[in-house]
Amino acid sequence: MTEKFRTSHGTGVDRSSVINFTFNGKAYRGVAGDTLASALVANGVHLVGRSFKTHRPRGILTCGSEEPNAIIQLETGPRSEPNLRATQIELYEGLIAKSVNCWPSVNFDVLAVNGLASRLFVAGFYYKTFMDPKSMWMTVYEPMIRRMAGLGVLPREKDPDTYDHMNEFCEVMVIGAGPAGLAAALAAGKSGARVVLCDEQVEFGGSLLNSKEIIDGRPALEWVASAVAELEAMDNVRLLKRANAFGYYDHNYITVHERRTDHFGPGAKPELARHRVWHFRAKQVVLATGSHERPLVFADNDRPGIMLAASGQAYANRYGALPGKRGVVFTNNDSAYRVAIDLVDAGMAIPMVIDLREVADGELPNVARQKGIEVVTGAGIVATEGRKRLKAIEIAQISSDGEKITGAKRRIECDTILMSGGWNPAVHLFSQSIGKLRYDEEKACFLPNISSQKERTVGACKGTFDLQSALEEGMAAGALAAQDSGFGKGKAPAAPKAIVVVEKPLKAIWVVPTDHPVGQGPRKHFVDYQHDVTAADIMLAAREGMHSVEHMKRFTTTGMATDQGKLSNVNGLAILSAQLGKAIPQVGTTTFRPPYTPVTFGALAGRGINGDLADPVRRTPMYSWHLEHGATFEPVGQWQRAWYYPKAGEDMHAAVTRESKALRDGVGILDASTLGKIDIQGKDAAQFLNMIYTNAWLKLPVGSCRYGFMLKEDGMVFDDGVTSRLGENHFHMTTTTGGAAGVLDWLEEYLQTEWPDLEVYCTSVTEEWSTLSIGGPKARELLEELAPEMDFSNEAFPFMTWREGDVAGVPARVFRISFTGDLSYEINVRNWHGLHMWEKCMELGAKYDITPYGTETMHVLRAEKGFVIIGQDTDGTQTPQDLGMDWIIAKSKADFIGRRSFVREDTKRSDRKQLVGLMTENPKEVLAEGAQLTYERVNPTPAPMVGHVTSAYWSPNLDHSIAMAMVKDGHNRMGQWIYAHDRGKVTKVKIVSPVFYDQKGERRDG
Amino acid sequence: MSRFSIFSLARNAMSWHQNWPSQWRSPEPKPEYDVVIIGAGGHGLATAYYLAKEHGITNVAVIEKGWLGGGNTGRNTTIVRSNYLWDESGLFYENAMKLWENLSQELNYNVMFSQRGVMNLAHNLGDVRESVRRVNANNLNGIDAEWLNAEQVKEFCPIINISKNSRYPVLGATLQRRGGTARHDAVAWGYARGADAMGVDVIQNCEVQGLMVEGGVIKGVRTSRGEIKAKKVAMACAGHTSVVADMAGIRLPIESHPLQALVSEPMKPVIDCVVMSNAVHVYVSQSDKGELVMGAGIDPYVGYSQRGSLHVIENQLAAAMELFPLFSRTRLMRSWGGIVDTCPDASPIVGKTPVKNLYVNAGWGTGGFKATPGSGFCYAHTIAKDEPHPLNAPFSIDRFITGALVDEHGAAGVAH
Ligand SMILES: Cc1cc2nc3c(=O)[nH]c(=O)nc-3n(C[C@H](O)[C@H](O)[C@H](O)COP(=O)(O)OP(=O)(O)OC[C@H]3O[C@@H](n4cnc5c(N)ncnc54)[C@H](O)[C@@H]3O)c2cc1C
Repeated sequence: MTEKFRTSHGTGVDRSSVINFTFNGKAYRGVAGDTLASALVANGVHLVGRSFKTHRPRGILTCGSEEPNAIIQLETGPRSEPNLRATQIELYEGLIAKSVNCWPSVNFDVLAVNGLASRLFVAGFYYKTFMDPKSMWMTVYEPMIRRMAGLGVLPREKDPDTYDHMNEFCEVMVIGAGPAGLAAALAAGKSGARVVLCDEQVEFGGSLLNSKEIIDGRPALEWVASAVAELEAMDNVRLLKRANAFGYYDHNYITVHERRTDHFGPGAKPELARHRVWHFRAKQVVLATGSHERPLVFADNDRPGIMLAASGQAYANRYGALPGKRGVVFTNNDSAYRVAIDLVDAGMAIPMVIDLREVADGELPNVARQKGIEVVTGAGIVATEGRKRLKAIEIAQISSDGEKITGAKRRIECDTILMSGGWNPAVHLFSQSIGKLRYDEEKACFLPNISSQKERTVGACKGTFDLQSALEEGMAAGALAAQDSGFGKGKAPAAPKAIVVVEKPLKAIWVVPTDHPVGQGPRKHFVDYQHDVTAADIMLAAREGMHSVEHMKRFTTTGMATDQGKLSNVNGLAILSAQLGKAIPQVGTTTFRPPYTPVTFGALAGRGINGDLADPVRRTPMYSWHLEHGATFEPVGQWQRAWYYPKAGEDMHAAVTRESKALRDGVGILDASTLGKIDIQGKDAAQFLNMIYTNAWLKLPVGSCRYGFMLKEDGMVFDDGVTSRLGENHFHMTTTTGGAAGVLDWLEEYLQTEWPDLEVYCTSVTEEWSTLSIGGPKARELLEELAPEMDFSNEAFPFMTWREGDVAGVPARVFRISFTGDLSYEINVRNWHGLHMWEKCMELGAKYDITPYGTETMHVLRAEKGFVIIGQDTDGTQTPQDLGMDWIIAKSKADFIGRRSFVREDTKRSDRKQLVGLMTENPKEVLAEGAQLTYERVNPTPAPMVGHVTSAYWSPNLDHSIAMAMVKDGHNRMGQWIYAHDRGKVTKVKIVSPVFYDQKGERRDG
Repeated sequence: MSRFSIFSLARNAMSWHQNWPSQWRSPEPKPEYDVVIIGAGGHGLATAYYLAKEHGITNVAVIEKGWLGGGNTGRNTTIVRSNYLWDESGLFYENAMKLWENLSQELNYNVMFSQRGVMNLAHNLGDVRESVRRVNANNLNGIDAEWLNAEQVKEFCPIINISKNSRYPVLGATLQRRGGTARHDAVAWGYARGADAMGVDVIQNCEVQGLMVEGGVIKGVRTSRGEIKAKKVAMACAGHTSVVADMAGIRLPIESHPLQALVSEPMKPVIDCVVMSNAVHVYVSQSDKGELVMGAGIDPYVGYSQRGSLHVIENQLAAAMELFPLFSRTRLMRSWGGIVDTCPDASPIVGKTPVKNLYVNAGWGTGGFKATPGSGFCYAHTIAKDEPHPLNAPFSIDRFITGALVDEHGAAGVAH
């Protein structure tokens, strides 16, 4: 295909460098510097998509990120991407693109039949129907709606690209690199401040890229080039192109989405992160985000060939692509005359400018007239023709209030309309920053009014539409922003000189009339192009009581399409205001929310995906040993813990049976390094623990350990562990593996908010210590061999004490505590000695047949003893008394967290759910953990549940299954039979003591 | 009230839809009402509806500081389920579920209640244990619930990644097939239209700025549009309940946090059910428009600004990508926040207050949308009879004194 509409100009393209691409299955040629949209325009292709609801053909409307129509599925395979805007896709060799949401093709789309029923498909129609018969909603109506919904298609494969994140600080963040933004960056940069300048476009220059302005007597792009060169030469300035600032959060926190490799296409170097999300914290912000041209709302205003005026100008000037052969300009302001003039200069036939204003006597209209362009004032387009491409329009004189057609209609053949309804400053980021807007009657737009952060707005974003003023504002704001962040004297460098053209005010006519009342005839006035929302829909919303702009938005879906209302919002609310008889500012805008333009999920996720990077994996120093010895692992919080160590041919049951017996008969070893460890120091440490734990701590001797419960304020157990006194003001606390971080938070919260007067310091030392638990009747012998210097006799080293000494040649703390009920020692060594210690234990323990065991065996052994696991046997609703552990509450203590809740009516009930043991009739049957319990066998639904099974195991040492459970009034019901229910299966169980093994506790001392 | 149906739609199409009446009036406040409800969210509006419908009390005003449905009702991710752990909650939410199942017909408003199934994933042995426990509790309470193993999870939702190599592999899930989603705005609008038709005044742009209490009895409200007397006043103002209750000197055990949600650009259907994961902090469904609707946990700090922090969204998307690697190339289109009112036991407060004839309905936290019909139903009963309905009796404010908490952290800690 030849590029029939390509001119010999085009400041942004290199015509000597041809690029081949495919669109909707057809091959085309474009040139370097093209976007997909500009290349299509150059090829005369305007039909690029179909609308959401009625599948009308639609054309390229804009040249930027606000594009609602040209929505593209780019590429195929795993790098395919839905819903991209053709106006932002940079052309590369071999690009493959197609239109979304049309079948079988954009040219012939079956669902266009929906158009026939469009009289039914008004705003909110679905709330009024699809209700009968009820069963058909799920079976017929909704499936049909879902099939039709959605634009592009997500690839099913895993994304082959990577994404990353950056965090940075700067003094001055300038967003938008048009003339105002460039000027601001220059001024700020010269002060020496760290400056960041970002722009979503491929090149810096903003609106200057599209126009033919003159600055300092030269083409404006030459000034842009020298400004960029100057900025590039400054080390204190970071320039980000293809970088869309999408969020403006509190404290000048700005987030930017940078597209780094998309323009290379699928051939991009795989080692480069495709996108990057930047997080900037700026001292000062300058918003120079420009403005969006506003469409005019006139009859049948959405057809291929209808385009925003300045976008048409951009295609001609920048890309050397004429939007059509013969076009008319339709405007309510002077700016579009520039478009007419440029297009005529570029070689397009522009016979006419239709101006809604009664007079057009400004400088630009006069130049247009001199070029032979007919200027028809006080008139509007009242009808258009042509389905897949505009063919003709009808114009007529319009009453000065804009309400009706006054004269005869005149038909004009043309393939293009270039429309301009004025300009909307891109106040999105300003609004996100919580800045307050005001409505400007004369410019008919919302402008930034009161800043709420350290921010300045300049240029078109502030409503300053003339170039000279924009440059001056930029220079001034840049210098002041630098000064306010401690750089320079705030004096603005001289702004370059642009040619000043005075523009006359616009005239806002929000809906251009046609030959039937709006909404009461075949012609449609589109407001939100992508969502098929018309002026009539908005009027209907108002009629139905949707008076708030938010109601209107939700009822009609105005502004909820992928362009997020950049083109439709102001028109929509103006129409709503008129319908309600209110002033526009009284109705107000909807809230602007991040992101400014859509941001790729992958980019937001960054590197935090793919296994280990999703969340850190924590492994103990002995992990490699466990792995080599065939351990199976269980995730506990972020940790990987050895679960059991199956030998060849063993299943979990066999392995756990072997491990359990080994400990009870000889000696077992467990890697307990994952237990949370908190070092607590300070002169008030003991007093602090006394408040945190339920039992007494003040008199715990140095060298002793104590098991404690922490409660939440409601009196419910929250964590447990053994804490040892290392010195008068020094404790070593242990917590559950999963609870460690929560406990530290808890301690800090109390220290910082409730008891700031206490002098206590808490430090997490979990990872600094490796913990090896060695238990079983042979444990003492092994320890004696490991540490010949130490005395392990019961007298010298009793239960619940700790000793320091040399173990296997390294300094260690040995704690005599037991979670299995058997004689047991926990050796703590610095983590770099962990593996050594483990290997030494295995080596010296070989003669006792030392057996490594994992968490499963630990669970079985502790259950044999009836020891609870916080988080398994408890769920935040148990008091210590419920767990049968009244002894852990110091009766004499004045206070501790949770104490006052014990006197609450419900907490002190004697028939609460209480921890008990359960035995099945059939010794082999292991109950399901999570089985619910009832007193009676048969129950109606809802059945009165009296508790549930919290832990259940096969106990090899008892040769019987065992279970722990919470049972209502359980402590008073020992010996009774109740029923366990697990997904239909009912099992009769007997309530027994939860201590199944060694009830007298004789094994503890070996 | 003019009935909605395909026929009325067709009839109105003939007249170019010029004759649709307003769905509700915009009345001026009267000097006095039998009941003033503060907050025209789903709960306030449903309460007004059932007061009129079930109790014949129609001299009712629902007073809203902004636009009706503009609070959390219009911001939530619309997950509806009733598979709560404890009897008190299970039975309460199941009653709501039954009301949902008929709501479009009841209101003659298509609220698009879509029972596409809600899965709660289990990623570790503790999750599995808790899931089985919940399934058993639900079954015994007559609430549908199933336990699925990883393969069954994949069958139910084919795009989910159940690889053992993912950071937190999917070990299984609970499934409530009757759970799903609904169209939030339609719920507010449908109740508003229904209540309005029975004579209830829905008064928008009217902020309650003071509560008139005399001798321990509520007498009315002071609003931005003047004083309004009332025999009974009922709070239904979600994230702002502490602020309003404080006007009567009542301190509630509620913390208000921002909670964010987001949608992607619309795409052709990829996921047909609701998937939630407490352990990796994300949940997702796909709307009838094709957008992925996603949320996560609350922003950790307390506050009243209806916006949150980006890192919460970044973490949630990273988590989502682990479960659904194919989401990577879609884009975030819109994000927003609401203010959720969280109670220490993750259960709501519905009942009387220390001030006579003043009632409270709050503490729904991250999960009160699903309760809307049931909450309105029970709250209306509570107001009309000045005593709680048996279903909401356990949710009285007294439980923070007696200690009879309904701790649903396991079931509702993050999830919705
Ligand atoms: C992001 C997000 C996601 C959620 N996802 C889910 C979900 O998936 N499933 C689920 O079940 N729940 C979810 N929730 C929770 C759910 O939205 C709420 O619990 C529920 O909607 C609360 O309804 P409501 O009517 O009580 O409150 P709201 O809808 O917030 O209504 C309270 C109303 O009170 C008004 N008000 C406040 N103060 C005053 C005053 N002084 N005077 C007058 N009016 C006042 C407010 O303007 C507001 O309109 C989510 C919430 C959020 C924010």
